[in-house]
Amino acid sequence: MSLLKPGHRGCAGCCDALAGKFVLDALGEDTIVVSPTGCLEVFTTPYPESAWGVPWVHSLFENAAAVASGVEAALKALGRKNNTKIVVIGGDGATMDIGLQAISGAFERGHDFTYICVDNEAYMNTGIQRSSATPLYASTTTSPSGKVSFGNPLNKKNMPAIIAAHGSPYVATASVAYAPDMIKKVKKAAEIKGPTYVHVHAPCCTGWKFEGSKTIEVGRLAVETALWPMYEMENGAVTNVRKLKNRKPVEEYLKVQGRFKHLFTMEGGAEVIKKIQAIADWNVKHFGLE
Amino acid sequence: MKLIIKTVTKPGSTRANKTGAWRSFMPVFDHKLCSKCGICAIYCPEGVVYKLENGFFEPDYEYCKGCGICANECPKKAIKMVLEGK
Amino acid sequence: MRKSMVVVEGSYAVAHAVKVCKPHVISAYPITPQTHIVEDLSQFAADGEMNCEYMNVESEFSAISALIGASAAGARTYTSTTSQGLALMHEALFNASGMRLPIVMTVVNRALSAPINIWNDQQDSISQRDTGWIQLYAEDVQESADMTPQLFKLSEDPDVLLPSMACMDGFILSHVYEPVILLEQGLTDEFLPTYSPEFMLDTKNPMSFGAFADPSTYTEFRYKQEKAMGEALRKIEEIANEFKDIYGRYYGGLIDGYALDDAEIVIMAMGSVIGTIKDTIDELRHDGESVGLLKVRSFRPFPADAIRAALKNAKVIVTLDKNISVGKNEGALCTEVKACLHNTDTRVPVIGFMLGHGGRDIPMSMIKKIINKAKLVEKGIFVESEFADLREDLA
Repeated sequence: MSLLKPGHRGCAGCCDALAGKFVLDALGEDTIVVSPTGCLEVFTTPYPESAWGVPWVHSLFENAAAVASGVEAALKALGRKNNTKIVVIGGDGATMDIGLQAISGAFERGHDFTYICVDNEAYMNTGIQRSSATPLYASTTTSPSGKVSFGNPLNKKNMPAIIAAHGSPYVATASVAYAPDMIKKVKKAAEIKGPTYVHVHAPCCTGWKFEGSKTIEVGRLAVETALWPMYEMENGAVTNVRKLKNRKPVEEYLKVQGRFKHLFTMEGGAEVIKKIQAIADWNVKHFGLE
Repeated sequence: MKLIIKTVTKPGSTRANKTGAWRSFMPVFDHKLCSKCGICAIYCPEGVVYKLENGFFEPDYEYCKGCGICANECPKKAIKMVLEGK
Repeated sequence: MRKSMVVVEGSYAVAHAVKVCKPHVISAYPITPQTHIVEDLSQFAADGEMNCEYMNVESEFSAISALIGASAAGARTYTSTTSQGLALMHEALFNASGMRLPIVMTVVNRALSAPINIWNDQQDSISQRDTGWIQLYAEDVQESADMTPQLFKLSEDPDVLLPSMACMDGFILSHVYEPVILLEQGLTDEFLPTYSPEFMLDTKNPMSFGAFADPSTYTEFRYKQEKAMGEALRKIEEIANEFKDIYGRYYGGLIDGYALDDAEIVIMAMGSVIGTIKDTIDELRHDGESVGLLKVRSFRPFPADAIRAALKNAKVIVTLDKNISVGKNEGALCTEVKACLHNTDTRVPVIGFMLGHGGRDIPMSMIKKIINKAKLVEKGIFVESEFADLREDLA
């Protein structure tokens, strides 16, 4: 049975719950989890209940990496570190926006821990507001499409590159839609000494506006269209990529999500979709996906 | 029962919350079509699709929220989503 | 000078006190005038004199956050900061207290920006009054050092489990060289038990820390914090006495009096200005004036009962504040003292003076000027509260 227990209040079809389950499947009982504020934190621990079968701590939104580094330092000082794995499971807002400074500090200091970013591309816990992980032209509640707007006008921040620039020995991207691959990468990240990072693409049915039964299907489409490249970096260099056999056009990914619906109804939408296709094309070239 | 407020909570205690009540559609597993691949169990966000002794899979309806991922992902289309109460 | 005394900088005395308390994790970020404490601790670590993880973090916010993690994992934890650094920690201060983590922090008191100013006042720690941290204010270097094991003992008490601040005036205490007795390792081991928390992050006994509380339980978490502060109120005195038994030094528990019993005018203050007030009182008493001092050592928990009892014979109460609640024209001590006397039979004037902001010196002449103003109260001239040391040419 999973170490993330049922009875939690995640939405039906929740990507965060899947990510949390996969992380614990990969790491097992000798693991301490640090959660920043976010959906996963809120829906797993309504006092006096907790869904976590391993030691778990939540402090604030922006400090999970610092908290994790303190946990690691304490275990070392107390002689209890042994093989215990310390892992942060945080959302894209906690990771790429408000918590970035603490993450930079923790990776620079070189603590032995793994940071998992569960990226559902907006602030879902507060109601689908834009984050620096929100992709180009996605409609969110703070970057809505409108008469003169196609939605979020900015490109997604390249977080794995930022972590790799800190000299992390292992950085990988993964997806909840590819469970065995994600579990393998999380396990590898935790086994490598030092600060390691896995950035997990996580389709959110509530925020992206698709049916909960399609969580895995949508995640697969992101990979199959090359909008979510899956790769591993060791000591700064890309060492492994997931190749695509029959790459699909980005429309197939966009059209199944309410957050991109306006691109198919607004005048000029086709031109905008071309810009999104260009991102996929760049990914293919940059990472050698084909 | 008097609740003693502590700064910690017990592991796995959300099990007290039976989320099966959320369900509108329930997954029904057809063992005749099942190939025992286990994808339904892997992608259950609640972690409540269990392998039986005979190798087939069944959900724990006390917690299954009826999201339908298992039905959508089943390569053999062996899981049907059926309206509750029918 | 006693033989066991040495002349060291205030910061060194505090760092040495921290060392003998054997913290497992220290995490800090440099900021004037706290720097010498963390430099000295870093040197102890570099020389192998401390068996602890010393973390150089990238901000005060991460300094306190790392300690939240370390304390939850069962470690004895320490940091030090001041002013802007303490303000940056603000959000995490509530969190550390709400999670009931016994972190100890030396606050080297300094003014807050703007305008930026590196010198002493107490606006920084006073502004963190409601975060749920115990706050003690030290009178001199020896007390600043001695507070450290006292606060570890208090914070880690299972009935308290609240974080605490040892507040010492920046530069005036942190950078002064005074004869002090460095805390002996043997006595400290006897005084301060090893930290063994009931709950910690332990994979053999998994617990969840920092859960989400809805309206059905949140209030009781706050209530428990307040109850723990009540326990601290009792134990501060107890621990001060235990400290006295072992080390032979005592500074008062919650409060302390000086020439207080028969004093008609009672001055109340916190921190290093206490020494100046004592010297002034010595002179004035020599001249036959009825002036006394009530030192407030514990600001949180606020010792209302002890203060009421100590003030029962006072005719005029004077409060000195190195802070201001802008818009109230009053310092925090003034407001709190007035409030604690309101529902009692003590019906005497409380007049507040704000002074010493941003490092402005407080000479004995200033204390005398304030006492002369307090005397006017008997003639009916009453000042509610005012700045005592304004420069008329700039004001």
